[in-house]
Amino acid sequence: MNAVQPLDLAVVGIAKSFGAVQVLHDITVTIPDGQFVTLLGPSGCGKTTLLRIIAGFETPDHGTVTLGGQNLLPLPAHKRPVNTVFQSYALFPHLRVKDNVAFGLRSRRLPEAEVHRKVSDILEVVRIGQLADRYPQELSGGQRQRVALARALVNEPEVLLLDEPMSALDARLRHEVQVELKRIQRQYNTTFVLVTHDQDEAIAVSDRILIMNQGRIEQDGTAEEVYERPVSRFVAEFMGSANIIPAKRLADHRVATAFGELAVATIPAWTSGTVAIRPEDIEVRHVAGPNHLPGIISDRLFRGDHWDLIVEITAGSGTSTIAAVSAPTLRVSTEPDQVNRVGEAVFLELPNDDLLVLRD
Amino acid sequence: MKRLPRGVGVLAIVSIAVLYLPLVAVMALSFNATRHGQSWGGFTWSWYAKLFNNEAVLNAATNSAIVAVTSTSLATVIGTLLAIGLRRLPLGRWGRTSADVIINLPTVTPDILLAAALVVAYGIFRSVVAHFSPESKFFDPGLTTLIIGHVTFQVSFVAVVVGARLKAIGNEQFEAARDLFASTWGVWRRIILPQLAPGIVGGALLAFTLSLDDFVVSFFISGPSSTTLPVLIYASVKRGVTPEIHALSTLIVALTMIAILSIAILNRPRMTKE
Repeated sequence: MNAVQPLDLAVVGIAKSFGAVQVLHDITVTIPDGQFVTLLGPSGCGKTTLLRIIAGFETPDHGTVTLGGQNLLPLPAHKRPVNTVFQSYALFPHLRVKDNVAFGLRSRRLPEAEVHRKVSDILEVVRIGQLADRYPQELSGGQRQRVALARALVNEPEVLLLDEPMSALDARLRHEVQVELKRIQRQYNTTFVLVTHDQDEAIAVSDRILIMNQGRIEQDGTAEEVYERPVSRFVAEFMGSANIIPAKRLADHRVATAFGELAVATIPAWTSGTVAIRPEDIEVRHVAGPNHLPGIISDRLFRGDHWDLIVEITAGSGTSTIAAVSAPTLRVSTEPDQVNRVGEAVFLELPNDDLLVLRD
Repeated sequence: MKRLPRGVGVLAIVSIAVLYLPLVAVMALSFNATRHGQSWGGFTWSWYAKLFNNEAVLNAATNSAIVAVTSTSLATVIGTLLAIGLRRLPLGRWGRTSADVIINLPTVTPDILLAAALVVAYGIFRSVVAHFSPESKFFDPGLTTLIIGHVTFQVSFVAVVVGARLKAIGNEQFEAARDLFASTWGVWRRIILPQLAPGIVGGALLAFTLSLDDFVVSFFISGPSSTTLPVLIYASVKRGVTPEIHALSTLIVALTMIAILSIAILNRPRMTKE
């Protein structure tokens, strides 16, 4: 393929139904050449279906998929310049590691000398050169994962698709593979599209995260953006733990909550909706101030790298237009060296620019 | 490991003994120099020697071999294609269930029903063929009818064994091969057939033993010149069980055991290391 123009992957207006269930609604997204993108969402959100449409295993009902301007949809899976790392790896059990990896090159009838060179090179890149003559059944889970990655990468695809490739690995190994994956992606400068339901994994490896929910892209942004600035309640809850607070708009920058009136940095588009704040963005103070809520620490848990505090808010003053919930609480995390007692009276500062105004 | 109660072990040994004692007795008698009765008269190979000089036995053995080899070859090809075809057909859930039932049914149909049905079918075929060419003896009882008859029940067994293997291979193998640029034919030749081979060979060995051991169907549809070994043994036993029959039975059992052992070896789980 001629690489004069950048090989951006463009998904335009993709829709797909299985029977009566619509799994993808009008998905449009452009992925620039060389970007590491993660499709993140709960199971059933349509992320795997979107990946399979790009790979050529499913046909969309509407829409197009183009790569560098070329329409991919008329091409069958085996003619697309795209390779997949499968969730269960799908290694060929009757072939040795080196022949598994050589499979795609031999399909394309490369000279055998070149096949050998490329296979041994890629096995070194994924650091399993010593396993070339083994059969897949003789490998550990982590080693199989590396074979699956090598088998796809050796073909130098324009886009590498990864379908939950780490879900079968234990936590320690997963961290190791994430670092490795990021290194390889930088080295090859190839577009990677990773599907996962693990937000830590997405944050660790991606240049960009597409959060999917019920067949739609809920938010599109960098890891920092989707974590720090979730646009909806779904994203706020899916990406780590946020305090979700129902609110009513009083003025452009003021909302009323069960805890009392609060100032917000952005203007809500609603009259009645929700605001959210991350536990680590809340500051524990001992004197009153603007956006300070009085409360009593009702519980604390030591998590090693931080404290989790549960704080019962004692205010909910008369200015509130929303009826106070019985003992409303906020979750707060503090530094491990900042020790607060249970029963201690404190003020919680909710900095107005960390108080996120969520879309409905 | 948890120890099982003593009774379980005893029961297992008794069960195996009940299964194998008759066979062991036949094998022992085939080497017994005494012609009549069960008393041990010393070790001899002479019944085997007589067997190999018996024209009728050699004839039947040849017939059995021709029928078993030919019918197994045909049934293996047809059964494998059937299993593959059913896998590729875009059947709905209902269609797939019906197809499975249709394939499985002959494996549980009593032989006697199949045999009677074949007799009727050949009768119809004969009259139809006679209508066009009165001289044709194609459907007259003989090796041809035997081979066709054996193929009819063998195909199901082959298709079931190969189909199970195909299911075990799973869809991801197809997709992975596709993803790595293999054409439809390439996927089958390079990925599916090599993994299917143990299933095909296993199905063939099963079909071979079924043909070799078949009595009921063969008895109904073989002609005077196409007697197979089981049919010959049946006829001989009616005149009294002789040590030659024991020798013949021992040989058939040995052959069957070799086939069954081969299936077991082919289907042994692959060594895995974690």
